[in-house]
Amino acid sequence: MILDRIWVSGPEARLLPAEGLHGPTVAVMAVMSFVMILVAAAGLALANAAGVVVSGTESRYVIELPAASAGELPAAVAAARSVPGVRSVTSVPQSEMRETLERWLGDAANSRDLPIPAMATVDLAPGTNPKGVADAVRAKLPEARFNAESLELKPLLGSLRALQWLAISIVALMAIATGAAIVLAARGALDTHRSTVEIMHGIGATDRQVTRLFERKIAIDAIAGAIGAAIAAAAVLLAILGGVSATAAGLAWTPHFGLGDLLAVAAIPVLAVIIAVAVAHFTLLRALRSSL
Amino acid sequence: MGKQECATVGKAAGSCDKTHVCGEGTLSAVVQFESVGLRYGTGAEVLRDLDFTLSKGGFYFLTGASGAGKTSLLKLLYLAQRPTRGRIRLFGQDLSDAERDSLPHFRRRIGVVFQDFRLIRHLSAFDNVALPLRIAGRDESEIHSAVREMLDWVGLGDRAGARPATLSGGEQQRVAIARAVITQPDLLVADEPTGNVDAEMARRLLHLFDALNGLGTTVVVATHDLGLIAANAAAHIMRLDSGALVDPTGLLRNPPRMDRREVRP
Repeated sequence: MILDRIWVSGPEARLLPAEGLHGPTVAVMAVMSFVMILVAAAGLALANAAGVVVSGTESRYVIELPAASAGELPAAVAAARSVPGVRSVTSVPQSEMRETLERWLGDAANSRDLPIPAMATVDLAPGTNPKGVADAVRAKLPEARFNAESLELKPLLGSLRALQWLAISIVALMAIATGAAIVLAARGALDTHRSTVEIMHGIGATDRQVTRLFERKIAIDAIAGAIGAAIAAAAVLLAILGGVSATAAGLAWTPHFGLGDLLAVAAIPVLAVIIAVAVAHFTLLRALRSSL
Repeated sequence: MGKQECATVGKAAGSCDKTHVCGEGTLSAVVQFESVGLRYGTGAEVLRDLDFTLSKGGFYFLTGASGAGKTSLLKLLYLAQRPTRGRIRLFGQDLSDAERDSLPHFRRRIGVVFQDFRLIRHLSAFDNVALPLRIAGRDESEIHSAVREMLDWVGLGDRAGARPATLSGGEQQRVAIARAVITQPDLLVADEPTGNVDAEMARRLLHLFDALNGLGTTVVVATHDLGLIAANAAAHIMRLDSGALVDPTGLLRNPPRMDRREVRP
């Protein structure tokens, strides 16, 4: 479809003056495509991260004892293990908790005066009722708290989903803005070459013949802009992914980018070009219909 | 002039139908105007009550003072304007309010020489002349030989690659004429075609129009050039006065019953 609109005969191509790739369409397409690619990539990364978090926490629960009862943790662990459907119960070592707190509190995390609660993670088999486990633990230790890990992460997941929708909205708005810019560019091109269009019409050119000339120019500009944007965005994404990989090593989950995600991101500049050519086509035909 | 020609004023002629028998052949009307009026926007009518028929192979001069409506009448003829009232039939089709998608087909049968040439400034003389053939989808090989021949004929064979800005007014006019006649149109409409050329070139262009006319092309030339009109005494004269058509020669209203003239050399 696009190639059809680009490849015209040499004489046909000469009907509009060659202006090179320095028109506003190239810049608009490059900027819009660049931003759309980055925002879409960020949205996909957030979706993946949310997926990792959900799959890692949907059957995981936490037993928490206040610092004063920390010594009772083995009893709580034993009570949990006694319930059918409990796959594993793992105590979180105090050293690991202090290490985690050290990131925020610094050396103060190692102070003996800092009350550190005792914690154990409980993984349940699918279909297991967590209430049975909670009842068994509380029967032994009434002060124990038994919470779903996903509950703790609910605000974070909510934020991730909101950011995903924001990314989708931004991509949609950028696509609309790209279309609007192409409408202006197409009308501007038509106005600039109004005399040529009138002559062609007078000699018997059809609207489609005239439209094809302008579509060709816009398609070439759009492709040039989209290619430039794709190269720049790829460089930026590679740099960002490299940096994230290095810094996310210590996190419970790391964002990842699969082949499907790469294909989805790569499709954005192609879609931008298709949108540009389609919008130009209908804008030009509509504008030409106002003449005789 | 054309081998077979006839001109009538449609309704005014009374006994004349839209298809006439003149001389030995059956002629068809190329153009028929019926009570045609034209106004721009809400202004007064610039053309009013035009009733006439131009027959295939006819040669017509359109005269009149500046502002009489010549250019507006030509615009109606080459389908750049629709009438605000009345009916216009071209090549047997009523195009008064035809779908605009159907107009390109008819425009390709009309050659137009604009007063201001209307050449595409970034194209060479060759490409300007080739434009109607390319729009019609002809082969490049066919286009090349036809355009070369036409440029040679108008004396611009050695300026084929020149752009309009580098051509004189007369040369631009010849390119415009070459573009108008390259497809050997059924109807040739020319607005002051000899306004920028010398007497010798005017004579040659008139011969070109005559030759086309001889091949069956109906020619309508708007001109103030009395010499041009005098050089073609057999042509019909249509005179516009304040938007209305008058017929000083009487040839429009009273066409000769037998009128076969030879094509001039």
